[in-house]
Amino acid sequence: MEKIKIENVTKIFGKHVNSALKLVEQNKNKTEILKQSGATIGVNNANFTVNDGEIFVIMGLSGSGKSTLVRLLNRLIEPTSGNIYIDGDNISKMNKQQLIKVRREKMSMVFQNFGLFPQRTVLANTEYGLEIRGIPKEERRLKAEKALDNAGLLPYKDQYPSQLSGGMQQRVGLARALANDPDILLMDEAFSALDPLIRKDMQDELLDLQQKMQKTIIFITHDLNEALRIGDRIALMKDGEIIQIGTGEEILTNPANDYVKTFLEDVDRSKVLTVENAMIRPISINIDIDGPKVALQRMREEEVSVVLAVNKTREFKGYITAEDALQASKTGEINLVNYLRTDMPTVAKEMYIQDVLSIISDSKTPVAVVQERKLVGVLIRGVVIETLSASVENEGVSDYVPAT
Amino acid sequence: MSQLLDLIPTIPVAEGAEIVMDWLTDTFAGLFGVIKESGKFSMEFVTDFLVSIPPFLFILIIGVLAFFATKRKFGLAIFSIVGLLFIYNQGLWEELMNTITLVLFASILAVIIGIPLGILMSKSKMAEATIQPILDFMQTMPGFVYLIPSVAFFGIGVVPGVFASIIFALPPVVRFTNLGIRQVPKELVEAADSYGSTGWQKLYKVELPIARSTIMAGVNQTVLLSLSMVVIASMIGAPGIGRNVLSALQQANVGNGFVAGLSLVILAIIFDRLTQSFNKKHD
Ligand SMILES: Nc1ncnc2c1ncn2[C@@H]1O[C@H](COP(=O)(O)OP(=O)(O)OP(=O)(O)O)[C@@H](O)[C@H]1O
Ligand SMILES: [Mg+2]
Repeated sequence: MEKIKIENVTKIFGKHVNSALKLVEQNKNKTEILKQSGATIGVNNANFTVNDGEIFVIMGLSGSGKSTLVRLLNRLIEPTSGNIYIDGDNISKMNKQQLIKVRREKMSMVFQNFGLFPQRTVLANTEYGLEIRGIPKEERRLKAEKALDNAGLLPYKDQYPSQLSGGMQQRVGLARALANDPDILLMDEAFSALDPLIRKDMQDELLDLQQKMQKTIIFITHDLNEALRIGDRIALMKDGEIIQIGTGEEILTNPANDYVKTFLEDVDRSKVLTVENAMIRPISINIDIDGPKVALQRMREEEVSVVLAVNKTREFKGYITAEDALQASKTGEINLVNYLRTDMPTVAKEMYIQDVLSIISDSKTPVAVVQERKLVGVLIRGVVIETLSASVENEGVSDYVPAT
Repeated sequence: MSQLLDLIPTIPVAEGAEIVMDWLTDTFAGLFGVIKESGKFSMEFVTDFLVSIPPFLFILIIGVLAFFATKRKFGLAIFSIVGLLFIYNQGLWEELMNTITLVLFASILAVIIGIPLGILMSKSKMAEATIQPILDFMQTMPGFVYLIPSVAFFGIGVVPGVFASIIFALPPVVRFTNLGIRQVPKELVEAADSYGSTGWQKLYKVELPIARSTIMAGVNQTVLLSLSMVVIASMIGAPGIGRNVLSALQQANVGNGFVAGLSLVILAIIFDRLTQSFNKKHD
């Protein structure tokens, strides 16, 4: 079923809007219009529909008009011309009251830099949408607490946003959006400010959530991998125009034009899987402090037979095996320095997976990912292979991108 | 060349200003009278009340307030107590209370007028374009000049003193309110809008709380500016320590001038630190 429909929507910034609009009608492009009229095109004659329960990804380079397009949907930016329908109602023709009602009940937005109010606690932030609708205190508290609980953040409800990590802040942003129980989520580069490991977690969480809740999600990103991972359909933008819309598969196998092709290549060359894409969080102990008991406890808890060893400042020192830790524990040692093994290979997180594959397969141990001597991740053979096969499967990129 | 210039007759700006003033004074005479009487009445009431508090108790209250306002540090508390004792000791207690009343009235009224003006400026480009030059004008005009319309409207006494102080002290709070609201990060304004806030909800739930510390910096400056008008206001009969400074000046009495000046400095420091600490408290 059709949830959102965009019909000939154009946004022009700056002066001389009318003369620019005429040029849009003549199918002129952004550069020509800027040259001839001095106006900047934000979105150039966009047409598409989004179905109920779909994750619709909008992708494009910086300045291509993604943020503008998503803000036209809730009219944070007024369209210059065209129609925007949500559930058949024309948003672009609504008066202020009607628009406020739609914003309160139908859609919530999640922001790149989280958009949390600094003077409000996590709970008060989550309550915001309900509060301005005038929902009674008790009821909105319950709803907000439930949303926070689903995000695993209930224990932090009385903290302030600045006290949380980026990933947690964005979970609050998402909880705030969901507390409203909207049909539509607008997410403008919602995960772009997060570091790669957390970003992946958040993508998984979003997909889980989508399975349970079936929202209609407009998700903006400039990261191809992210788009492929979460998008049911992807729209590709360039200079305010929508160049191609389709599933990831369709876009990859059948790029609409040379621009799409180069875009994919561009993205691809830089985004070919790096160590960072495949590494997982290391299970480590602090060799300066932790003894055999702690090491064994960590291994038991995480179900592994090796822990990595770091010092106070998280510099990578080596690893400890379970047998050694057991031995040390039996002989009553409280320090593991004598059992530290140092024959674990290290790689940098920027290296391409294909360049480190041989290191991984030759090594008897996992491979440590080290940045400025600090431990940032670990490569485990199983996970690396899984990541590689997953990316081949849903990207199929190597088929037509010439290997460089 | 200069002869040529002299051919142009003097443009009657002064006469014009006078005509406008006369018109205002005549037209609003009734209104000004009411303001003057009620202003005078309420200010005398407050001063009488302040004077009726035993000085010892008053000093203690300020000391305790300073102690808690500065997160339980002794510095400002001790300074306030010693400073106020000094002023009492110099026989300036009643003058001090008059000055405090004048500063309180002027700054509270300036804040009441200034914050809404600042909000208006932040919301409307046109309001900003109109008010901005007026503020520039107000800030560059020497404080003395405000005495003239004040006297014309209200005669002499404490009310015209407050009036002149308000005009003089108004610009910072207006400017800082405008600035503070305009500095609220765009994403937060968008967040407020995207959840369907009305204009008022956005203002008092998001913008004002975020702009708060900037606005308070403006309030602090406004308080200090109105304090600095105390001496000038005493030229048109406003009571208080300013009058002691003025008479010391007229009699070239260095000693009295020094004592009165020092008292004003002490008061200024207490006002300054107290308003600043209210700002920091909730961060
Ligand atoms: N308020 C504005 N006034 C004038 N021009 C604007 C405004 N907002 C956006 N633009 C212009 O519109 C175009 C599209 O901008 P937009 O922010 O939508 O791009 P984007 O795809 O979101 O880019 P990014 O990936 O950098 O976020 C750009 O050329 C930009 O300069
Ligand atoms: Mg953007």
